[in-house]
Amino acid sequence: MARVELKQVTKAWGDVVAVEPTDLVIENGEFVAVLGPSGCGKSTTLFMLAGIYAPTSGAILFDGHEMNAVEPKDRNIGIVFQSYALYPHMNVRDNIAFPLKFQKLPKSEAIARAEDVARLVHVDELLDRKPSQLSGGQQQRVALARALVKQPNLLLLDEPLSNLDATLRLTMRTEIKALQKRTGITTILVTHDQLEATTMADRIICMSRGRIEQIGTPEDFYSRPASLFVAKFIGSPPLNLVEGTGREGRFQTGGASLRLGSDQGAPPEGGIVAGLRPEMLTFGPEGIAGEIVAIEPMGRETLYILDTDLGGLRVLESRPDRTHTVGQKVHVSFDAAETVLFDAATETRIAGAWVAV
Amino acid sequence: MSADLITQQKRRQRTNFVIFLGPACLLLLMFFVLPVVVDIAVAFTDMGRTLKAGEFTFENFERMFTRDRRLLKTLTLTFIYVLGTLAFFNVTFGLILALVTTALPSRAGGFFRAVWLLPRMSPSVVYALLWAWAIDPTERGLINQIFLALGIPILDLQNDFPMVLIIVANGFIGASMGMIIFTSAIRSIPEHLFHAARTDGAGGLRVVWHITLPAIRWPISFITVYQTLSLLVSFEYIWLITDGGPFFDTTVYALYVYKRAFESGQYAYGATLALLLVVIGVAASMLMWRFLNMKALLQEPRIEVH
Ligand SMILES: Nc1ncnc2c1ncn2[C@@H]1O[C@H](COP(=O)(O)OP(=O)(O)OP(=O)(O)O)[C@@H](O)[C@H]1O
Ligand SMILES: [Mg+2]
Repeated sequence: MARVELKQVTKAWGDVVAVEPTDLVIENGEFVAVLGPSGCGKSTTLFMLAGIYAPTSGAILFDGHEMNAVEPKDRNIGIVFQSYALYPHMNVRDNIAFPLKFQKLPKSEAIARAEDVARLVHVDELLDRKPSQLSGGQQQRVALARALVKQPNLLLLDEPLSNLDATLRLTMRTEIKALQKRTGITTILVTHDQLEATTMADRIICMSRGRIEQIGTPEDFYSRPASLFVAKFIGSPPLNLVEGTGREGRFQTGGASLRLGSDQGAPPEGGIVAGLRPEMLTFGPEGIAGEIVAIEPMGRETLYILDTDLGGLRVLESRPDRTHTVGQKVHVSFDAAETVLFDAATETRIAGAWVAV
Repeated sequence: MSADLITQQKRRQRTNFVIFLGPACLLLLMFFVLPVVVDIAVAFTDMGRTLKAGEFTFENFERMFTRDRRLLKTLTLTFIYVLGTLAFFNVTFGLILALVTTALPSRAGGFFRAVWLLPRMSPSVVYALLWAWAIDPTERGLINQIFLALGIPILDLQNDFPMVLIIVANGFIGASMGMIIFTSAIRSIPEHLFHAARTDGAGGLRVVWHITLPAIRWPISFITVYQTLSLLVSFEYIWLITDGGPFFDTTVYALYVYKRAFESGQYAYGATLALLLVVIGVAASMLMWRFLNMKALLQEPRIEVH
């Protein structure tokens, strides 16, 4: 169990900067998820924590002790690699038991523990197979078992569920989360699946181009995205973004003008991007005029694509049946308190500001 | 499927066979089967310097098995030479070089590999001359100069430790082949396996033992078999450096065959001796094929050919 701290940590290969100066604290026993587009430095950050890569500068601390010079083998970390990295010449049992080889443990106990963990991730029927005889999802679960078997202080999971089918993924999600809560192992999960991040983690870290864009609870990300990047990246379907300018309490955009205000002083001026969440837009007798150009049924919900005075908007209704048809003229309205506004120049959120019809 | 299509496929199978296996079969025939046949034929004659084959005779075989007093000693020497060179240099030292140079930063590693490759690139006569200078028994020899500087009495390597000399001289060249094969094998191990092993708690030597060595098991087997066979039949460096001496102390089997056949002109007897070498070579490779489980090396084809 470890409290992890990064102080001004960077990583660069020549001119390629994978991780910009990063400060971060992960509390003992916490479960954090790291989200971010491909190539933003997620794996690199995990590798630095594991000691596989040395930071170019900065310090990594576990429980207040600097770890920069500590070898990976002495960090007691369990890691699931994006590529699984199972040992091809060992069968599943030996793969899972491998980390126990280096602990003073009787062989029989090591095997018993390996088999316990195998059962946990549902690979107990595959113990005698070689990795090349497993499917991608099975390999992934073996990798997870190998990471868990030595009861590490820190668990690093690099997209550990990406290859599983939807049902198994749901089961594994629940099991990993329960296991984490039970054992209290500090866990960092890299994922591309927002739902995975929001359902499993206590806190979410959103990265972009080697920088942390925002750290917070799922609720923070939903209600208070720190930047335009986060707003675009998180949420499915993503936020509707409307560009315009703020002047004397009005938000001017192409064909429409909205009221502009702030709970914290004067309404903002200058270039502004307004974010309207698809699920908070409602059809009604008045509001912004528009026309439905397409309908996308999404199972439990239905997504309407509108052409309006504010430009293209997505409206999400939480019902499976269609209430409107393509070509229909409609009005949409929204609650001012739920809008988020960004400064167009700095791309950061303007706290307290809102727009209204 | 029409009969026409089937005959067409059959024809294609046959052309494929000729195209893919033909060249190898031809080489095998020309450079192995034919020479062996000629060798066997000559072994049953009394061919000498005149190259005239007289009548059919078992005389050579009788001589080899009953009257050749050198034979046993030569075979023992060959065994020591092959085993020593393999165990100390061609496999072990080659492996150590590969492990060390791949662990170094790539530029330094490349430099050291290049240094170890140099002897293989220089003509054998030049290499042999270098050794002749290095082991010169007087204080002019390189090794003796070093010994003098260290206060060790000078040494006549060629006379006192001839076997060590030929093993070392051959090993310095032989190691580079293993080094290159092992280096590329080590390079092709996915890097994440090393990362995984290190985070799983393995230190440097244990990573080598648990990850690197199992991954390069086949190259090691291959080098062992290949080098055994090439050491069995090659003698040029021994011939150049010691000429099999002092007396017969470094005359390995291949050199013995050469001396009998070409230096004393007993072609028929040389052919008979050579025949035994062929038998030893084939037996050695079959044994190793069996014990190193080389069959597992042959993989099922990845593409199904019809
Ligand atoms: N060994 C390396 N040498 C040079 N650049 C590298 C190296 N490893 C990673 N990078 C670069 O660093 C950046 C971050 O890579 P990283 O693997 O951390 O991305 P990631 O966030 O894990 O992406 P993904 O979601 O696709 O796995 C990328 O731009 C990548 O090209
Ligand atoms: Mg990655």
